[in-house]
Amino acid sequence: MKDPVDVLIIGAGASGAAVAWSLAETKMHILCLEQGGWMNPAEYPSTGRDWEAKFYGEWATSPNIRGRPEDYPINDDNSPIKVVNYNAVGGSTVMYTAHWPRLHPSDFKVKTLDGVADDWPIDYDALTPFFEENDRIMGTSGLSGDPLSPLTHPPMPQQPLGLSGAILGKAMNKLGWHWWPSDTTVATTDYEGRARCINLGHCTPACAQGAKSSTDITYWPQAVRAGVELRTHCRVREITTDENGMATGVVYYDKDGVEHFQPAHVVIIACNGVGTPRLLLNSASSRFPNGLANSSGLVGKNLMFHPYAQIYGYVKEPTDSNRAPPTCLWSKEWYDTDLSRGFVRGYGVQFVRGAGPVFEAVVSEQKGILPWGADHHRVFRKLNGHRLGFSAICEDLPEEHNCVTLDPVLKDSHGIPAPKINYTISENSQKMMDHALARGREVLEMAGATDLCINSPIPWGGWHLLGTARMGTDPERSVVNEWGRTHDVKNLFIVDGSIFVTSGGVNPTSTIQALALYIADQMKQRLANLFD
Amino acid sequence: MSESYQLTRAQRDDLRTIAAMIVPASDEYKVPSADDPAIQADMLATLGRDTGLVVAALDHLARLAGQPLAELAAAKRDAVALEFRNNGGAAAATLVRVVLQCYYRDDRVLRSLGLELRAPFPAGYVLPDGDWSLLDPVKAKGGTLRRAP
Repeated sequence: MKDPVDVLIIGAGASGAAVAWSLAETKMHILCLEQGGWMNPAEYPSTGRDWEAKFYGEWATSPNIRGRPEDYPINDDNSPIKVVNYNAVGGSTVMYTAHWPRLHPSDFKVKTLDGVADDWPIDYDALTPFFEENDRIMGTSGLSGDPLSPLTHPPMPQQPLGLSGAILGKAMNKLGWHWWPSDTTVATTDYEGRARCINLGHCTPACAQGAKSSTDITYWPQAVRAGVELRTHCRVREITTDENGMATGVVYYDKDGVEHFQPAHVVIIACNGVGTPRLLLNSASSRFPNGLANSSGLVGKNLMFHPYAQIYGYVKEPTDSNRAPPTCLWSKEWYDTDLSRGFVRGYGVQFVRGAGPVFEAVVSEQKGILPWGADHHRVFRKLNGHRLGFSAICEDLPEEHNCVTLDPVLKDSHGIPAPKINYTISENSQKMMDHALARGREVLEMAGATDLCINSPIPWGGWHLLGTARMGTDPERSVVNEWGRTHDVKNLFIVDGSIFVTSGGVNPTSTIQALALYIADQMKQRLANLFD
Repeated sequence: MSESYQLTRAQRDDLRTIAAMIVPASDEYKVPSADDPAIQADMLATLGRDTGLVVAALDHLARLAGQPLAELAAAKRDAVALEFRNNGGAAAATLVRVVLQCYYRDDRVLRSLGLELRAPFPAGYVLPDGDWSLLDPVKAKGGTLRRAP
């Protein structure tokens, strides 16, 4: 029998790293179990000539395609949007675009403002100090002062505008629309031991330079130095409970497949909006027959993805292609509700600089704009290095039928039931996506783009896994309370994107980490009566 | 022996033929066809996890052609290729992707495109900072963040 730890964190990704780092100052015995391992940047795709091909195999964004031993399968057949993630120390911060907006103050009050979904039990101001702290540790770059975004103070200057940004900026100006250089977690100067960006371009599947922030190179080294124990290649099967309904620890498998029981006084789940409900549902017992912390019946319900509406085209001038971070600008022109558009809520836009030659060839052939035969070369030279993209991140409202359940057949390599996704795009989201595509067409045509192509939704665009263990003050309508503790199990906390009440129209990682730091802070303030 | 060499001789012949139909040689751009021996060798050596779907695609192609693809009359070969491209599903898409990903990393092809013959790391690339006065109209227009109660 292993000695109990004070705090056991499941998952070493965006939120697990942040909560571990924050709690380390308590000097409690903190253990994190992570199903993946430490990454080796020397093996990242951009170190090899076959860097683009790897995106279709071992570095695919979908765990079902990638199929590394650290991954678990996900049945997403019943969803037009496929789940993408990464399993390692750093989690999906290893594999993301580093685009770094945060939720707006209005996103926390959608019921009050727009009469839909629910308000959050906390507001933006409660998270403000944690946004700032997180930006400092993750190391952000950007330009302070965007009039349509919450005020941020990035410690590094914004990325260069580049060729693509200039073309897009001019087009947006002609239309009189808002745009601004994106906040990102790409280091534009040397920063806290990280080297500055040298425009490897292939940012999403990990940064060999270490310029893109991921928690394996930011939070974790600090947390480990502060005494947090990080045990890798350990996959948790279930959380166990006692006769009083308190969590007692977890059962997990180590890298050799050996089963262990690890006792703990506090358990914190940081497994994302799919992994967390999967674990809670797999932790069903006689006391919790419908899954752990599920008296509300809402564990796994209200899954929100952010359907992406993407349109791209080709201009005569050269663009940045693959020789720059993929995203450069954002727009909040259509972020807030305007009912004259035919839908409620709104979307953020991230503009895309371009693509590499293999990706361009493969995708354009699939779209039917790159022919086979004699004309192939002429057309390819017109497309390659000339792409510009517009991607709308549409706010997905919570709907209970969009959910994560356990697949009755599919299991991972340890025999643990896999998650199953049931998801449909709502009428409101579809109207929003159609509106976004029309705006994207306008701006791309204003930029002179032709051969416009659409991905709506982006099929492998399920990056943002939100809402499946929502936060709230009412135990019948939420899974965790306003400081992340489950209503049903008083020593069980959730800190990842599953606790989002609504999704906003922006990439969520900044807000996920601010929430994790906020919850850690709440725990530290309540240590004397944490279980009351 | 690599699993990629599990392709039969007939399958390798058809792979060469269909590859050349996708990307033929060009004197104008000074590039080889995708049936070039070095590019074909790259495909076979790196098929890896794609082997199963590529074999399925080649089997499908063989059924459509009824004989070695190269031996069909040009019009019939084009018709088979069109049917394969339009209705070959994931297997055909994988085969085409394998052809393109090997073609567009060949030195001669990259040189023709004006691209450097190297991995992105460690040299990276230079990105022009650009003219930030473009942002002046946005700053002048301003705006208000929606208030929350």
